[in-house]
Amino acid sequence: MTANLLILHPHDNVAVALTALAAGDIGTAHDGEAITAVTDVPASHKIARVDIPAGAEIVKYGEIVAVSTRDIPRGDWVHTHNLESKVWKR
Amino acid sequence: MTQLTGYLRPDGKVGIRNHVLVLATVSCVTGVIQRIARDVPEAVCVPHAYGCGRGGPRDLEILFRVLPGMVRHPNVGAVVLVGLGCEVSSTKMLMSLIGDAGKPVEVFNVQEDGGSLATAQQGAEAARRLLAQVASHPRVPVQWSDLLVGMECGGSDAMSGVTANAAMGSVADWLVGQGGSVIFGENTETIGTAHVLARRAGNEAVAQQIVAMVDRAERLTHEIMGDLASLVISPGNMDGGMSTIAEKALGSICKGGTTAITQVVDYAETPTEKGLILQDGPGYDGDSMTGLAVSGAQLMFFSTGRGTPAGFPGVPVIKVASNSRLFHAMRDDMDVNAGVMIEGTSRDTLRDEMLARMARVVNGEPTQAERNGMDVFTFMTVHPPF
Repeated sequence: MTANLLILHPHDNVAVALTALAAGDIGTAHDGEAITAVTDVPASHKIARVDIPAGAEIVKYGEIVAVSTRDIPRGDWVHTHNLESKVWKR
Repeated sequence: MTQLTGYLRPDGKVGIRNHVLVLATVSCVTGVIQRIARDVPEAVCVPHAYGCGRGGPRDLEILFRVLPGMVRHPNVGAVVLVGLGCEVSSTKMLMSLIGDAGKPVEVFNVQEDGGSLATAQQGAEAARRLLAQVASHPRVPVQWSDLLVGMECGGSDAMSGVTANAAMGSVADWLVGQGGSVIFGENTETIGTAHVLARRAGNEAVAQQIVAMVDRAERLTHEIMGDLASLVISPGNMDGGMSTIAEKALGSICKGGTTAITQVVDYAETPTEKGLILQDGPGYDGDSMTGLAVSGAQLMFFSTGRGTPAGFPGVPVIKVASNSRLFHAMRDDMDVNAGVMIEGTSRDTLRDEMLARMARVVNGEPTQAERNGMDVFTFMTVHPPF
């Protein structure tokens, strides 16, 4: 089995899609963690590992990279349409 | 693991190469250095665009740190210094700053030694003489703790921060665990991460230095770029999945690993601490590599996603491709393929391969940039030329 998700840090609430995922595809990490994509997720983009409520911190590399602007369900694509920067709002 | 070997220098530093460096003091003698390079290809010949015509205090400080630093570098066993005669960083000035280099330094000046052709001939003869002399230096057993390894990234793509830099971070953590040191910089790539880096500081003073460094980088970027400052995260970055400036910066700083930052040093300044060192230097690859090398890095890892061949004179640079497409498209320029992480290889497996490669390079195996002679030598300036 080839892993197509990368979890950069155990505290992360997002994983990185190593290949593009279509809605319904199952992404699998090295340790076997599986996430079903609920939307299309482009390669090298983020997918939610857990349900992330609006206003919650997006954690990647074990660090806060952004704040969600709406509820993001597990398996959703996480990008500029559903998060905002905490610094340099762009 | 493999026993490492290197060259023990009189100042106690350890080199992993034993080069004869032929260094220009000023841009005017570029052609002389190029002639010597053609005559003596085994020497590391370094012409450059600096040495005069810039009088600002910060530029002088950097000039008088970088050129002596190249002479003192532990990978250099002997030096031919070629000057003009009337430049700011004259051979006399540089030798007075260097003091006892702990290695043979032969000095020539075009204005005193018969013009460019005669100087090139004498410089080439000196380089050959010194090559024969350094050949007798033995390789002796050295330790991982003798190493300062630079971590650089350039020509990045969306995978750089996910594969290559992450793997380099694992190498950095391992090396620091062995008592070795790692240095990384590129202050423009730290914007938005002051809180992250400061939390990782070894003590409160270092934390304050980190915050000041990131603030300065943010302020300077705004001052110079104005409304375009936000383009430090480009549309291409966003297409690649980076949503915020902090996310982009984290992808860059992860190449330093996760250990405590023990010291912040100025551009091209030599650290006095061991462990993970942060350098307040620019992101531009050539300038950044010079800062890391002059700080004493004997070896560098350099991640790239779009692909750059750049190496550094006298210092092995291990190129890490962030994706397999690049690794194969520029096969002659790349040393490590971190793209295998996309195809299912774990970060730990890749790290172990990189450690094995690093050991072989320390012990003398040339990197692709070394084989190909892809040296780049530029350094930071902040004032306009006069």
